Amino acid sequence: MINQKNEISVEALRAGDREEFSRLVDAYSGPIYRLALKMLGIPTDAEDVLQNTFLKALQHLKDFEGRSSVSTWLYRIASNEALMLLRKQRPEISLSDAVQDDDSNSDYFPEQFTDWCCLPEDEFLSSESKAALDRAVGHLPETQRIVFILRDIEGLSIRETSEALDLNEAAVKTRLLRARLHLREELSTYYGERLDKRSK
Amino acid sequence: MQEHDHSKCRSYLGSLSDYVDGTLCEELCKEIELHVAGCENCHVVVDTLRKTISLYHESATEAGEVPGLVRERLFRTLKLDDYLRH
Repeated sequence: MINQKNEISVEALRAGDREEFSRLVDAYSGPIYRLALKMLGIPTDAEDVLQNTFLKALQHLKDFEGRSSVSTWLYRIASNEALMLLRKQRPEISLSDAVQDDDSNSDYFPEQFTDWCCLPEDEFLSSESKAALDRAVGHLPETQRIVFILRDIEGLSIRETSEALDLNEAAVKTRLLRARLHLREELSTYYGERLDKRSK
Repeated sequence: MQEHDHSKCRSYLGSLSDYVDGTLCEELCKEIELHVAGCENCHVVVDTLRKTISLYHESATEAGEVPGLVRERLFRTLKLDDYLRH
């Protein structure tokens, strides 16, 4: 989640204060880079998104009206950049996502009922476990992935996520639920196997 | 396990996100709680869904740093070289 302790002055930014802009970059580059990396999975692609996000922010500062917070505005630019890069690389994805959005929730009915919450904490902290979390996010359709990252990783509210993606709140909620159920299913397979190994 | 109406499991699916986020209306919340108390599978789904969300939430508190060289290239691209020393 973006740390908002050191408030950035929008007036100073709009007045062209370079030092204030460098503070903006340092305050927000971590979360923006993380979003891009989770979205794209490749560090060089994430760096492209990071650079383009701040280049566009610099270019459009004059147009920023303050209707949303600076962080939501930056997330909006970064999300667009990441989605554009993905669609450029794999243009067929956006179509399949659109089809999935029309489906009913019935395809998302849980199939895994192993209770893996009881695993010891060190199991969840291992690098293998963290890789499994990243892998599962990477398997989500891109329109669900971006909603999940903004809401559950970056900690935006439903309203902020809706503003960042220019999507109505009902659609955000639907995509979020599907993403969460999909991830729960995949993690249940992974941690279920860990549970089996421990009991042998 | 006690026999119960599994069609309810499906009907509550759409409310699960709001339920685990604590944003569901009190009435429906109580209904789900009552159902989950008597349905082992739904109990597991709710618990593991909460755990899934918390694992990702925790992952965000750790990895929010930009690698040094990435930061350096970003500052140079933005012509902010003068502020790189921080």
